[in-house]
Amino acid sequence: MATIRLSVNGKTRSVDTEPERPLLEVLREDLGLTGTKYGCGEGQCGSCTVLLDGAPAVSCVTTVRAAEGRKIVTIEGLAEGGTLHPVQQAFLDEGAVQCGYCTPGMVLRTVALLQTYPKPTDAQIVDGLNGNLCRCSDYHRIMAAVQRAAAGAGKKG
Amino acid sequence: MSIVNQSAVNRREFLEIAGAGLLIVATAPWSDAQRGGGAGTLETRLHIGEDGFITVLSGKIEEGQGALTELAMAAAEELRVPLDRVRMVMGDTDQTPADGGTAGSGTTPRTAPLVRRAAATARDLLLASAGRQFGQQSPLGANVRLEVIDGAVQYAGKKYGYADLAHSPELAAAYKEALPANITVTPAKDWQLLGKPQVRLDIRELVTGAHRFPSDIVRPGMLYGCVLRAPSYGATLGGVDLSEAQKMPGVTAVQDGDFVACSAPTTFAARKALAAISATAQWKTVEQPSSDELFGYLKQHAKPQERPQAQGRGSVEKGLAESRTRLKASYQVPYVQHAPMEPRAAVAEWQDGRLTVWTGTSNPASVRQQLAETLGVAQDRVRVLVPHFGGGFGGKHTGEAATEAARLAREAGHPVAVRWTRAEEFMWAYFRPAALIEVEAGLDAGNAISAWDFTNYNSGAAALDTPYRIPNTRARFVASDPPLRQSSYRVLAATANNFAREAFTDELAEAAGKDPLEFRLSHLDNERMRNVLNAAAQRFGWVERRKKRRPGTGIGLACGTEKNSVVAACCEVEVDRVSGAPRLIEVVQAFECGAILNPANLRSQVEGAIMMGVGPALREEILFQDGKLTNARFATYRVPRFRDLPKLDVILLDRKDLESAGAGETPIIVIAPAIANAVFHATGKPVHTMPIRASG
Repeated sequence: MATIRLSVNGKTRSVDTEPERPLLEVLREDLGLTGTKYGCGEGQCGSCTVLLDGAPAVSCVTTVRAAEGRKIVTIEGLAEGGTLHPVQQAFLDEGAVQCGYCTPGMVLRTVALLQTYPKPTDAQIVDGLNGNLCRCSDYHRIMAAVQRAAAGAGKKG
Repeated sequence: MSIVNQSAVNRREFLEIAGAGLLIVATAPWSDAQRGGGAGTLETRLHIGEDGFITVLSGKIEEGQGALTELAMAAAEELRVPLDRVRMVMGDTDQTPADGGTAGSGTTPRTAPLVRRAAATARDLLLASAGRQFGQQSPLGANVRLEVIDGAVQYAGKKYGYADLAHSPELAAAYKEALPANITVTPAKDWQLLGKPQVRLDIRELVTGAHRFPSDIVRPGMLYGCVLRAPSYGATLGGVDLSEAQKMPGVTAVQDGDFVACSAPTTFAARKALAAISATAQWKTVEQPSSDELFGYLKQHAKPQERPQAQGRGSVEKGLAESRTRLKASYQVPYVQHAPMEPRAAVAEWQDGRLTVWTGTSNPASVRQQLAETLGVAQDRVRVLVPHFGGGFGGKHTGEAATEAARLAREAGHPVAVRWTRAEEFMWAYFRPAALIEVEAGLDAGNAISAWDFTNYNSGAAALDTPYRIPNTRARFVASDPPLRQSSYRVLAATANNFAREAFTDELAEAAGKDPLEFRLSHLDNERMRNVLNAAAQRFGWVERRKKRRPGTGIGLACGTEKNSVVAACCEVEVDRVSGAPRLIEVVQAFECGAILNPANLRSQVEGAIMMGVGPALREEILFQDGKLTNARFATYRVPRFRDLPKLDVILLDRKDLESAGAGETPIIVIAPAIANAVFHATGKPVHTMPIRASG
């Protein structure tokens, strides 16, 4: 056991845990942040995506030790007060959700994508999100949501 | 609209959520008769609160298909209230009528009408009650026609709404009576809310991560459980030693026959304990068939038919004997796994001999029964709650995790969560049945199909019959002894049967020297099928594009009908010269399911079904050997990803003159045969297997 200090959604959280536990499990079981989902446990589906220092990471194969000292953002950390993050708003407006289990990972991956490519091409969206699975297979609608988010970001910029 | 969070709803809390009103006066849970899912009484279906909010109850569950929003819309339409005045309570065996489980595209044709009838009854009560109120002071004029607008009736400056009705003795009396048989619901042409696109009502909780899926449920003192699994199918436990695991802090390990499991304060600790147990386990394995021999195995193990399960017209033998051209082919469809994003999960909690389970299942009532039987408690002491869960596609009709959690929780004396890993979900959830399909057909002198003989081994009878006009037909389903655990999958065997029929139809068209579209239309009387076929072909530009030929590419089409809906797709593929793998470039699909209730959700369902269908069409195939799966990971079992997304165009035909049919399943059935036919067009060689490869 070790005491690990994590920065999660702008707050410092201290956790007593085996340092080799997956970050995903600590977020969900120790910190109550269940918005981050388990999907495969091997980094193949993207359901567990969080941002680590702004870059997308699959938290199921990231140990909690490896996340220490880095800025972690989960789906719970995106909306400010009652205001949705523009990417969340775009998913909502587009209705790009069926069962919604992949949605937190899709949203966070999109946030990261738009930081790299504020006006992504379709090919950049496909490449950027290809690691995230949706078994409802709502890819067409998610694609539209990402385009909508990008268009909104473009207008502001 | 607000969503009742079922993670912690008990009866008192339900009252608080639904608001005080006349319904919830009974203290005992409703009887099984009331839960039956028939029309029932008003009180089993609707609660009108003193705050004017209406709570709608249904045993249907939400798993992403849009039932919650659709039923809320159905209620609001008939009640004449804005959508945000309706609350939904779904999938709770203590609160909701069973409604027969969520399967077979049944919510739209069967449950939505029940909700509409109940809501229309409440609306008529409001009108009658308002009329009496207004008429007390001075009689209403003969030509006064009261109307419910925005949840209230207005007359001579006075207003009477659902909040007033909630207090009325008329409502209290009506609650207990069976719904009137002659209640009229609003015809589709007059709909204000139904038929218009509505984003799903629970979407905000989903985009913020606030919604608690079954695998997110947490209870005070809850432990995490793991179950020991056999290394291979059919293996039995010889012996196991729990002592090492039991020494670990906070660990409870249990053995009850072949059920061996443990719980611990974290998943990590539970897995460690399970690893210690697993290291001591001795297994007796038995010989198992492998996927290499699957199709021969299915035919060898075909069961003699207890009763002739044949649909037919004329005489197939005679028709084939008299035909000018005879063709036959055999089609193979392997096992596939549903692999919903959320693996099976449940939390079980015992309190004073009562069991409460939160789980993701489409059959809460049967899971409740299964729990009662397995745990040896009366059904009325078991409550199953189904929070909106992370996908099922027909794969979550059962309650494995629920039973496991309940057994562990009883032993541990704490609530226990059991959340299956992806590996468990791949191996121990049931599969879509594999199919071997044999077809033989004949063409007459005029190149029309004169005989059709179709046999499905193992996968099922859905969409078994041909929709084409053929004088001599026989269609049979022959059960087999399946090598893997198999059950429902989105639209059952209709996908396999449509694949074989539609692929073979293109072979017949080729033999007849006819264009596949023209050939189909010349055999098709079903007007609805002709409409979707023509709509898809026209938008796609079928006639012009079929004339042009680009090397390495092909176009194909297919149509079908199931669950009282009709569908057709045209597609273009590009075939990789080296591997023979087709790449899907474009799909145009037309779908018609009667009067559309929520076009936004319908579009999502159709687009999602097409893309889900691309998986088994192009790649998905469960491989197994010696009782083990050899590709039970997303890295090796390739489901559709963003890179598989083609140019996609969906046409929704709205038939307000027809009853609304369900739409969550049928849109999946034509993509595989359309791709197969496009590959046939590209290569000149017919396709007989899924996943589809151009043969060398």
